[in-house]
Amino acid sequence: MSPVAVSTSSAVGKSTANAAAPIRIAVRKLDFYYGDFKGLKDINLNFHDRQVTALIGPSGCGKSTLLRTFNRIYSLYPEQRAEGEIILDGKNVLSPSIDVNELRARVGMVFQKPTPFPMSIYDNVAFGIRLYEKLPRAELDVRVEEALRKAALWDEVKDKLKQSGMGLSGGQQQRLCIARTIAQRPEVILFDEPTSALDPISTGKIEELIEQLRSEFTIVIVTHNMQQAARISQFTAFMYLGELVEFDVTTKMFMNPSKKQTQDYITGRFG
Amino acid sequence: MVAVSQQQLVMSMDTSIRRAPKSSSDTLFRLASFGSALLVLIVLAGIIGSMIWGGLPAFREFGLGFITSSVWDVQRDQYGAWVAIVGTLTTAFIALLIGVPISLGIAIFLTQLCPPWLKRPVATTIELLAAVPSIIYGMWGLFVFAPLFAKFVQIPVSQIVEGLPIFGTILYARVPSGVGILTAGIILAIMIIPFIASVARDILDQVPPILRESAYGIGCTTWEVVRHVLLPQAGVSIIGAIMLGLGRALGETMAVTFVVGNANRLSASFFDPGSTIASRIANEFNEAIGLQLNALMALGCILFLVTFLVLVLARLLIARVKVN
Amino acid sequence: MDTALQASSTAPAPWGRVRRSRYVADKTLRIVCTIFTGIGAIALGWILLMLLYQGLTALSPAVFANTTPGPMTQGGGIINAITGSLILTFLGIVVATPVGIMAGTYLAEYGKGSKLASVIRFVNDILLAAPSILIGLFVYTLMVQPMGGYSGWAGGVALAIIAVPVIVRTTEDMLRLVPGSLREAGVALGAPMSVVIRSISWRAARSGMVTGVLLATARIAGETAPLLFTALNNNFWFRADLMGGVSNLPVMIYQFALSPYQNWRELAWAGALVITLSILALSVVARLLFKKDSVR
Repeated sequence: MSPVAVSTSSAVGKSTANAAAPIRIAVRKLDFYYGDFKGLKDINLNFHDRQVTALIGPSGCGKSTLLRTFNRIYSLYPEQRAEGEIILDGKNVLSPSIDVNELRARVGMVFQKPTPFPMSIYDNVAFGIRLYEKLPRAELDVRVEEALRKAALWDEVKDKLKQSGMGLSGGQQQRLCIARTIAQRPEVILFDEPTSALDPISTGKIEELIEQLRSEFTIVIVTHNMQQAARISQFTAFMYLGELVEFDVTTKMFMNPSKKQTQDYITGRFG
Repeated sequence: MVAVSQQQLVMSMDTSIRRAPKSSSDTLFRLASFGSALLVLIVLAGIIGSMIWGGLPAFREFGLGFITSSVWDVQRDQYGAWVAIVGTLTTAFIALLIGVPISLGIAIFLTQLCPPWLKRPVATTIELLAAVPSIIYGMWGLFVFAPLFAKFVQIPVSQIVEGLPIFGTILYARVPSGVGILTAGIILAIMIIPFIASVARDILDQVPPILRESAYGIGCTTWEVVRHVLLPQAGVSIIGAIMLGLGRALGETMAVTFVVGNANRLSASFFDPGSTIASRIANEFNEAIGLQLNALMALGCILFLVTFLVLVLARLLIARVKVN
Repeated sequence: MDTALQASSTAPAPWGRVRRSRYVADKTLRIVCTIFTGIGAIALGWILLMLLYQGLTALSPAVFANTTPGPMTQGGGIINAITGSLILTFLGIVVATPVGIMAGTYLAEYGKGSKLASVIRFVNDILLAAPSILIGLFVYTLMVQPMGGYSGWAGGVALAIIAVPVIVRTTEDMLRLVPGSLREAGVALGAPMSVVIRSISWRAARSGMVTGVLLATARIAGETAPLLFTALNNNFWFRADLMGGVSNLPVMIYQFALSPYQNWRELAWAGALVITLSILALSVVARLLFKKDSVR
């Protein structure tokens, strides 16, 4: 009973992993606490520049938790804290001296459910740019268009930029959120199960988009869908109960995992 | 594992300098919102403080006797709160006695019996009833209700009970003018119905539908569902809703001032005029000087204490159910 | 659970053998509840019809053209009271809106589960239901005594104190309906919390918050008790600096309705009609606004 491994094997390797790529994010001895509960235990992991790394594992394994440490969005909730190091551009992002707002402009994030802001499509995309740059209108227009094009949404919305972003379909909304993120020109983009609320066709579009964005951005994606991890990532990390079980090139991970737990999970024996 | 040493880490290739939005305006906004929230606390503290400060001379002058004395004589500068306290409690009690069954009936009607098309108009009507200013209830009570009440209730009832023990006292109107403690209680009942009804409706709406359905599923009638499932489930918070109405009835000023009769004597009859704490303050405060002013402040202090206790109890009861 | 429930579930009766008393109780409940609802509706209908009848009888163009008459003076109008009420209500809501919205924002966005926030929430709920006459006494001590006399400013502050809790409550409730993921998305773009709140949370909750302000306006527009000791009333045009008594509808109605003069009483009815219709219209608009938005 291992339909997953069989069906994905053909898709694996669509894009080859570049293990020699420099490291963009380095996680060292990372522990994470929800109050007294330890959500992550001693995570050590590297994320390669302009590669897609997928975080997989059963619900509650800590994959989303790990993702949410990279831009310190967990700090919205006072009872959550992280210990250890996450090195980005030579700085430990967990250090108190880091300006979290600046960090979040460098590390973009796309959420599980589309989160269009209650404003026009144009303003949605311009929102992040306006926070950090004072641009003349014409230049802002260019940036917005560029972002929407990169998010493969321009053709669908170019005639209704003034309309509310809430009026778009779910898949369009998610691409709008991606456009909003890349408009800020981040270095890293975090995807937190970006297709779990979408239909298969919209999912396909988002996956294609991620594949294209890889040429420019370092991407980390959390997914509970193993085929998706196999299709779009170059590296995969398997997590279980707050620990990193295995990290490797995606092709190797899915064809020939070195740990029994990983083997069991990707063949659907648990999780 | 793909082992890579620390030295390989990419250094920032980003040459553009990101200008973080000014964090001082962020702090300012946060402080402004925190300050506004504190203002709510300060206002309550101010109310308590001003009542105590203003009432202290009266409490000091009369001691505990201020509460138990039923003398309120401006000429001799003697003040006691008993008549007003009794009037306040009696009118509020009458209001609950009449208002609670009707409010609960409305809440049950709206949530269980009402055909869907009628729900919105009825609910809106009840809520609009809550928006009508209290002075309108007072005018209606004085000019429309009181004459009818005198003619069709006070006079006939007085004739019937005259000479009877107990009833001959408590339901006898010496001057059947229509105004009095009972009239005030009835007007208050009409005023608190919309409040209790709409809170009770919200509470009944929150009972999980599955509970209702399973009760109907074993063949319960609507009455049995209400009696054995809904009311026990919502019980404590319904009491909270009633307390909320009580708080309202205790502090209501204008409507009561119109219809309570504003008498300073204590009477054994519900048909006789009386006064409440709020009505006395409204009547006398603007002309009061010296000790009388302090006595009125002290009355306010007592009113605050009583309504505060009732409201705290109401909130605690409602909150307890929300947690469950 | 209850014995009655168990009896009906464990001992199924043959067809047609359900105890009649059960149906009687059920019928009684239905009838009683319907009658009670009818009483509520009739009470409102009666009050409104009476108000319409008395108010329309008293209403004439002169009512809107003249100021309130002195004792033993024929005719007169209520234009000064209407204007005064508009000013006092406006003053109250202008003071209360920023305070209420900021405080509600603190409770929903910054304080959330903190101990202080729950205390403030609790106190706000108490203020929401506190007797309004006590607020009049408080503002009397706070402003009228120190300033040496009644003033429109004191009236405005008293009304503001009544409006703030309403706005705090609705603002917090509405902001809590804004999904947390929207805030996270804003924060993830590097926006400081204040920007997230202003351009995302507030925007998403806008119509609900406006509804809250409108309901607060409706609430204070008809308040009489807190004005008795603060703005009082005045039979003439009030001073431009709002010092001294400021004429206003609620206190005018109170004084005129209890007066012995026929024309005063008629003006009280006219004022009562004007104020009630305005308040009901405001409440209806507030509700429609909120409904329209929540449908979308």
